[in-house]
Amino acid sequence: MNPTDIRNPEYFHKVIDCQHACPAHTPVPEYIRLIADGRYSDAYMINWVSNVFPGVLGRTCDRPCEPACRRGRVEEEPVAICRLKRVAADFKSDISHRIPGPAASKNGKKIALIGAGPASLTVARDLAPLGYDLHVFDEQFAGGGFMRSQIPSFRLPEEVLNEEVGYILNMGVVSHFNHYVDSLNHLLEQGYDAVFVGSGAPKGKDLPELEGRMEAASRIHIGINWLANVAFGHTKEIGEKVLVIGGGNTAMDCCRTSRRLGGRDVRVVVRSPLNEMKASPWEIEDAQHEDIPFYNLHSPLRFVIRDGQLKGMDFEVVEARYDQGRRTLVPTGEVVFMEADDVILAIGQENSFPWIERDLGLDFDKWGMPVLNPDTFQSTLPKVFFGGDAAFGPKNVITAVAQGHAAAISIDLFCQGKSPAERPGPLTNLMLQKMGIHEWSYDNQTTPDLRFKVPHADKTKTLSDRMLEVELGFSRETAFHEAQRCLNCDVQTVFTASRCIECDACVDICPTTCITFTDNGEEDELRTRLNAPANNKSQDLYVADGLKTLRVMVKDENLCLHCGLCAERCPTTAWDMQKYLYHAPKACVL
Amino acid sequence: MTYARPTFRNPDLPLNKIGRARKEYEGAISTLCAGCGHDSISGAIIQACYEMAIEPHRLAKLSGIGCSSKTPTYFLGQSHGFNSVHGRMPSVATGAAMANRDLIYLGVSGDGDTASIGMGQFVHAIRRNLNILYIVMNNGCYGLTKGQDSATADAGSINKSGAENQFQGIDLCGLGLELGATFVARSFSGDKQQLIPLIKAGLTHPGFALIDVVSPCVTFNNNAGSTKSYDYTREHMEATAAIDLVPYREEILHQQDKGTIKYIPLHDESIIAVNKLAADWDPLDKSSAMRKLAQARNEHEILTGLIYVDTQSKDLHTLLNTSDTPLNQLSQTVLMPSAEILGKINKLYQ
Ligand SMILES: Cc1cc2nc3c(=O)[nH]c(=O)nc-3n(C[C@H](O)[C@H](O)[C@H](O)COP(=O)(O)OP(=O)(O)OC[C@H]3O[C@@H](n4cnc5c(N)ncnc54)[C@H](O)[C@@H]3O)c2cc1C
Ligand SMILES: Cc1ncc(C[n+]2csc(CCOP(=O)(O)OP(=O)(O)O)c2C)c(N)n1
Ligand code: SF4
Ligand code: SF4
Ligand code: SF4
Ligand SMILES: [Mg+2]
Repeated sequence: MNPTDIRNPEYFHKVIDCQHACPAHTPVPEYIRLIADGRYSDAYMINWVSNVFPGVLGRTCDRPCEPACRRGRVEEEPVAICRLKRVAADFKSDISHRIPGPAASKNGKKIALIGAGPASLTVARDLAPLGYDLHVFDEQFAGGGFMRSQIPSFRLPEEVLNEEVGYILNMGVVSHFNHYVDSLNHLLEQGYDAVFVGSGAPKGKDLPELEGRMEAASRIHIGINWLANVAFGHTKEIGEKVLVIGGGNTAMDCCRTSRRLGGRDVRVVVRSPLNEMKASPWEIEDAQHEDIPFYNLHSPLRFVIRDGQLKGMDFEVVEARYDQGRRTLVPTGEVVFMEADDVILAIGQENSFPWIERDLGLDFDKWGMPVLNPDTFQSTLPKVFFGGDAAFGPKNVITAVAQGHAAAISIDLFCQGKSPAERPGPLTNLMLQKMGIHEWSYDNQTTPDLRFKVPHADKTKTLSDRMLEVELGFSRETAFHEAQRCLNCDVQTVFTASRCIECDACVDICPTTCITFTDNGEEDELRTRLNAPANNKSQDLYVADGLKTLRVMVKDENLCLHCGLCAERCPTTAWDMQKYLYHAPKACVL
Repeated sequence: MTYARPTFRNPDLPLNKIGRARKEYEGAISTLCAGCGHDSISGAIIQACYEMAIEPHRLAKLSGIGCSSKTPTYFLGQSHGFNSVHGRMPSVATGAAMANRDLIYLGVSGDGDTASIGMGQFVHAIRRNLNILYIVMNNGCYGLTKGQDSATADAGSINKSGAENQFQGIDLCGLGLELGATFVARSFSGDKQQLIPLIKAGLTHPGFALIDVVSPCVTFNNNAGSTKSYDYTREHMEATAAIDLVPYREEILHQQDKGTIKYIPLHDESIIAVNKLAADWDPLDKSSAMRKLAQARNEHEILTGLIYVDTQSKDLHTLLNTSDTPLNQLSQTVLMPSAEILGKINKLYQ
């Protein structure tokens, strides 16, 4: 193998599994250490710079970081990264003075942002300090997009959302709420230097062909419309028997909301097997905790109507068959009837851009999606950029934020007459951590504690008040212990071959057998003859040459605990622990 | 500030034949200097015992005094242990081995502990062919007492303060051969590939197995001019052979190409596979071993690997024809002669 080039900014970034997996590349271990230190405001600001909505995300993020967390590979569960983010938001002091105010001077460029969801708000946040004149349009009465209309208050209290949306609007952003943009052409005529489309994926899927759909229309609801109606106070109750069709997170929010609006017998019915449901495991767990049963392998057959009234639904039971990894659902012929007063369809969302004229030079593909450059988010109409669910279909808040950062860079470059393709790199810094003998500036000790559970409010209370938040968040003390579970994967093991005397001290001390000195070879073969098999190919081997014996040092990054013992035991400081800070590129440095 | 070893281990490391993880063969975290060769030897012992699937309670580790003699604390934490007096490990080991022949004995000593204060004990343990693996962690100095030259320091070796050693160094392997040791090997702490199979073979050998391991003292004897430094040892190492311990004879009977590999059967089911690197040497021929050792010494080479093994070795218990049941398990009823027998015995003296 070729020796590893640790000067490549992505090498050590990849070792920080959580940060690498976070679409916005939040410096996770850095903020977790600050939480352990009780520096909640500082931890909050690190998050705010990267992901813009720490309080929202600390409660609702899809948390791609957690399955990536190294801790999950050395013991049972990853660090509760997401809920620690909430701790920073919960216990911070007033940080409003640390948020930049409106720019002192304007740069003369005017930008329109369509939709006030997380994508647009991120673009606005990144461009405001640079002096852009920013106009946000949203048909809703306030900012937040789906975070406001879809995510129920029992998961995300309104004050938390208002606070974080407010920070951005207070940066001098002009908001045009209750304003539906019905023509892009019309908007373009108003002389904007660039337009950002962050209009989301606002159309819920229906089952229009299913028998009885029309007759029972008043008791059949499209999930996302129904949730918005609940959020905005238009819908206040539901029948006792509710069927929620679909197995994603929207279905989870619909069934749990139904329980709070009067639903007693609320069931989730899905076509797929339970283990293939799209909803996050923790959302499923929370729904089950609220006494909601799941019926899998049931395919909707018809709405059953009697005397002009919805009585329930017939389902055909299907069977999952697997052929060479491909799954097909085969009807068994068995039909099951389930009673229902109301049915909520939560079977997916789609994009829809009825307000974008098709003759502006802005191309759409055959699925009706805009044709975009995947790196710059620029459309075929150069001054129009997309981001969030509007760009590549429905994802989640953190993806919308990450794409917002990327689009803001593009817009800024575009407005300066530069090519959006020539993008800035990350800001990185590698810093020594040694403080003295056996002393590092981070807590290198690895605690054996298992993941702590977030306490929940009493179920009888939360089910009777849809505004009452279910999760109570970690206490300061539990947060400290949970934070200590972090392995500090940003504190890198940096190897200097010219200092190594090949004494094997690091090899012997390493608790997880990461280090081997051996003859070089091709990667696949080398992986088989290390001191422990290196089976996880998604994790790099750190290879260094230049040793006296002409062997190479090979470190499998996979299970390194970043405990620092290799550096501790190395007589020549050939190993050193150095903290790697990686700041993903953004339009402005905050 | 912490200096504790995390409890997590690599979950991809397999369990051994008796279902034990390598972790179960570890000891406390070492307090030796960072980079000490002795720690590497501890690592090799852990690996060898884990691979051999030894039940930890079936092994007793014994040592004297010195940095080297401290190491049993750092490996095999679930085995029996006795940290004895400076140079007196052989007599304690002899007592233990006589009382309980069922345990595997692993003696750990230093060059000071063996070649100076303990020399008298060492030679008699060899002479009696005590069934023990005796490892000398040889750094050419008294590490624990801050690096004075030891009796194995080579003449001409320069110590950390710049003084040249005037006295002849004792070659423990040569001495072992002379005294009739039935298994003699030398190795280097920085070469686990060689050391681990030697430890396995030594633990299996019935009788006195000596492994003299060059083990640099990073703090007091790793300077330029020292002949026991990492650099010097690497530059002057010459190996007799690459060896491997094959635990069951069956496994090799099917091997097609035996090439230059020589198979030496040990008393149990296992076999040492010797891939000869050195000419004019046969590990079963003591005089060739002695010649080879002398030749290497003259050429300022450090001869490592298996040097000699006596496949007919008879250990102390065999020589004394002791009972198969360990002496410490013989109860009073077994040991006390009946009145009838006692009468017979008494008659003999009448
Ligand atoms: C029920 C449900 C629950 C969810 N829960 C989570 C969760 O827990 N965690 C998570 O990470 N993600 C969740 N998501 C997904 C997440 O909400 C979205 O991925 C995210 O909000 C997308 O952000 P965005 O900025 O692209 O668009 P949106 O948040 O959808 O915002 C788009 C905004 O644009 C406005 N708009 C659209 N067209 C126009 C127009 N022509 N003129 C004016 N305004 C317009 C809309 O009113 C809307 O306010 C959930 C989604 C649903 C449906
Ligand atoms: C009876 C006795 N005499 C002297 C000493 C002092 N002493 C302690 S360790 C040591 C030498 C140890 O040298 P070695 O066996 O080579 O071990 P190393 O520390 O080099 O590994 C001496 C002389 C002692 N502890 N006991
Ligand atoms: S920091 Fe060093 S000793 Fe600790 S797990 Fe990583 S490689 Fe091993
Ligand atoms: S402990 Fe240091 S000097 Fe020794 S082998 Fe490891 S890196 Fe090299
Ligand atoms: S003094 Fe020498 S022998 Fe003792 S621990 Fe330190 S390096 Fe090892
Ligand atoms: Mg010594």
